[in-house]
Amino acid sequence: MHQYILKRLLLMIPTLLGVAVLVFLMLRVAPGDIVELKYAGTGAFAPKEVLDQERAQLGLDKPLWHQFLSWMWGIVRFDFGNSMWTGRPITYEIWIRLELSLELALMATLVAVLLSIPLGTLAALKQDTWVDYFVRIFSIAGLSIPSFWLGIIIILGFLIFVKWLPPLTFTSFWVDPKANLTQLIWPALAVGYRYSAVATRMTRSAVLEVLREDYIRTARAKGLWERVVLTRHALKNALLPVITVIGLEFAFLIGGLVVTEQVFNLNGIGMLFVESITRRDYTMTQALVLLVSFSFIFVNFIVDLLYAWLDPRIRYQ
Amino acid sequence: MRVTERPGWHAAITASTIFSLALLLFSPPGGAAEKENPRSGGELVFAVGETPPSYDGHRETTFAMLHPIAPHYSTLLRFDPQGYPKIIGDVAESWSASKDGLTYTFKIRKGVKFHDGSELTSKDVKATYDKIILPPQGVASARKAYYDMVDRIETPDIYTVVFHLKYPSASLLANLASPWNFIYKAEILEKDPRWYEKNIMGSGPFTFVEYVPGSHWVGKKNPNYFMKGRPYLDGYKAIFIRDTAPRVAAIRSGQALIEFRGFNPAAKEDIVKALGDKVVVQESPWICNLTVTINNEKKPFDDVRVRRALTLAIDRWEASKALSQISLMKYVGGLFRPGAGSQYATPEAELTKLAGFGKNIEAARKEARRLLKEAGVPEGFSFTLKNRNVREPYEVTGVFVIDQWRQIGLNVTHMPQEGGPYFNDFRQGNYETGIDFNCDFMDEPDYQLLKFLSSDKSPLNYARYKDSVLDDLYEKQGRATNAKERLKLLRQFEKRVLDEQAYQFHILWWQRIIPHWAKVKGWKITPSHYLNQDLREIWLAE
Repeated sequence: MHQYILKRLLLMIPTLLGVAVLVFLMLRVAPGDIVELKYAGTGAFAPKEVLDQERAQLGLDKPLWHQFLSWMWGIVRFDFGNSMWTGRPITYEIWIRLELSLELALMATLVAVLLSIPLGTLAALKQDTWVDYFVRIFSIAGLSIPSFWLGIIIILGFLIFVKWLPPLTFTSFWVDPKANLTQLIWPALAVGYRYSAVATRMTRSAVLEVLREDYIRTARAKGLWERVVLTRHALKNALLPVITVIGLEFAFLIGGLVVTEQVFNLNGIGMLFVESITRRDYTMTQALVLLVSFSFIFVNFIVDLLYAWLDPRIRYQ
Repeated sequence: MRVTERPGWHAAITASTIFSLALLLFSPPGGAAEKENPRSGGELVFAVGETPPSYDGHRETTFAMLHPIAPHYSTLLRFDPQGYPKIIGDVAESWSASKDGLTYTFKIRKGVKFHDGSELTSKDVKATYDKIILPPQGVASARKAYYDMVDRIETPDIYTVVFHLKYPSASLLANLASPWNFIYKAEILEKDPRWYEKNIMGSGPFTFVEYVPGSHWVGKKNPNYFMKGRPYLDGYKAIFIRDTAPRVAAIRSGQALIEFRGFNPAAKEDIVKALGDKVVVQESPWICNLTVTINNEKKPFDDVRVRRALTLAIDRWEASKALSQISLMKYVGGLFRPGAGSQYATPEAELTKLAGFGKNIEAARKEARRLLKEAGVPEGFSFTLKNRNVREPYEVTGVFVIDQWRQIGLNVTHMPQEGGPYFNDFRQGNYETGIDFNCDFMDEPDYQLLKFLSSDKSPLNYARYKDSVLDDLYEKQGRATNAKERLKLLRQFEKRVLDEQAYQFHILWWQRIIPHWAKVKGWKITPSHYLNQDLREIWLAE
């Protein structure tokens, strides 16, 4: 097992290197550069020498291989450099947004898990009854409604009926838990609902499948309580595909909540991602792509380890 | 304010002062006409639609830097917050100009303190303007070109600054009132001329408290501000909200009391409908416009007949009625902003004589068709119009223009683009026609005409033509020692650009619309969202 973990960790390096090469080249191929946007973008009088001077300061006048190697050399030393747009360290820019994004992702996951596992299991146990129909309608609605749209509805509802809006600036949970939750609970519900819809359907079908297995029949035949059959035998096995879905969605939530962040004015990683791309902030975009890629790889790794814990038949060599 | 000498060629400035006094009589709510006694205290929370790239006013060009950061700084002169375009002193107590217009002497107020307690002196003013006009290697100065007239700056004593000019300039004082020209501390600049890109140390009405990138900026009252009794507010908080819908929601909910850049008519209606008499709306013509830019190097647009046909086909008067319902686009104007406070605007009677600005659109389109035929452009000729992928006002205007051109038999494809490729294509000349924009902080021909100089002289000219007549007229108007003479040169310039050559042409000028909570007092709208942002006159009613 330890060997497997080490192997998986080492495999992250070439994967991330491949991502780094790809994102570096793709950004350079895309038309437009940050200096044009910074100066000409607002209609200012910016002669060529000013633009050239700025390009030189940002290192954009250097050959591509030089730019790439110095970026790589920085990463090896855990120095991601400075944002080309703000001039501030990238680690600082990401760090101040990461708490919000991670918390939102965790809260949305919590909402999704709390909704999907009981509802999906219930729907499977009460298959083809009104309970099942209700859960199916609930989950299909969740799949059909984009989370940002639900977010808009939530905001409009607050504005129209109670003339109130969730706070527009982030307060850390450790500083003021009430203010923090008042801001994040609503986007977490909007995102968590859609997220739960996927997981609910997955739970329902997985539980249905597992309930038809021989070992469930055996467990029932030897007189186990139904609750024990369900929780210790059925659900534990049924959760394998559900955990995969939840894991992948969690990784996506860290950098992918762009529109929801806009709707609720959340200063998260998704918003930073879009701004960096539209501003052609190469260094920031590169760092964010690496961060999101790392999140996906790491979450997948954790999910694989959870498989072994959930299903003793799985052994990694 | 004491102006000891007033050379004859300063008549333009005098005229603008009289004009601004007249304007005061028609102040909208929230302006100088306020009868209530200002109340001290409270925190102003306002929304800002973008985040500042750096904190350095000398290098930045975006309102996103000015709105949160301007309250920390003083400038040498400023536009009167209650009476644009009048120029008043900020740290300058008084000033005078020599008879030949080549020397300007400014007296600095005594007792102006930086936020660290040190006194602001003429040395700081000189260091600031040296950085703007002659930036050291590696330091960017976005508006350096506008100070070409300055030969050198001297400081005979700690309260006197003297600007020596190479030639008389009609725009010097206005340039010294630029809201971008924060006065920095000489000692800091000497050690690190780029220190101000990431740090704040000013002498303005508010001191720096906190900036959380992407989230908010906080300032608090400067108890040692040189103007007694100001600022009224205890502090302010600028919240960065990129999207229009959450900005509107922020105002509606009262989490933000004002947004200083402006909303479109639909957003204004939304706010007014929701809040009723809790909000007031201030509106003003805006020193911003959209322009049809034509690549003069590409055929058939190198033919003046084709370019004239393009401008003749656009019914600007109808555009004003239609587009102002759904966007900021409102005023028909030539090269200078129409409306109150603009002393250079072309009167309507004169304007309607220019190609494309007449009111008989049928006759104009008939002439356009004739010109296209004469130039050998076939019916249904196809080309592209590149545009920014910003729905309002860019895309709606692009759609309107294409419809106008369709009516003279042209087949135009609309190509909205993201900012990066858009600017790249314009700079590289990789376009046929496009929608371009311009925004300035003041009505000043030196600024508004710069875009129309030969492309090797102005990086703002994407139309890729060279015209020594225009370059010559530009230089002459900038040095004109008489207001009437200058106006005459400006009219000649305008006629050549818009009518005779139709190199590129404005479509409409914008309308600035600010709906804000009625309890925000003491702020008066100006024609520029860059002005009047130091918040020192603003107070909050109970």
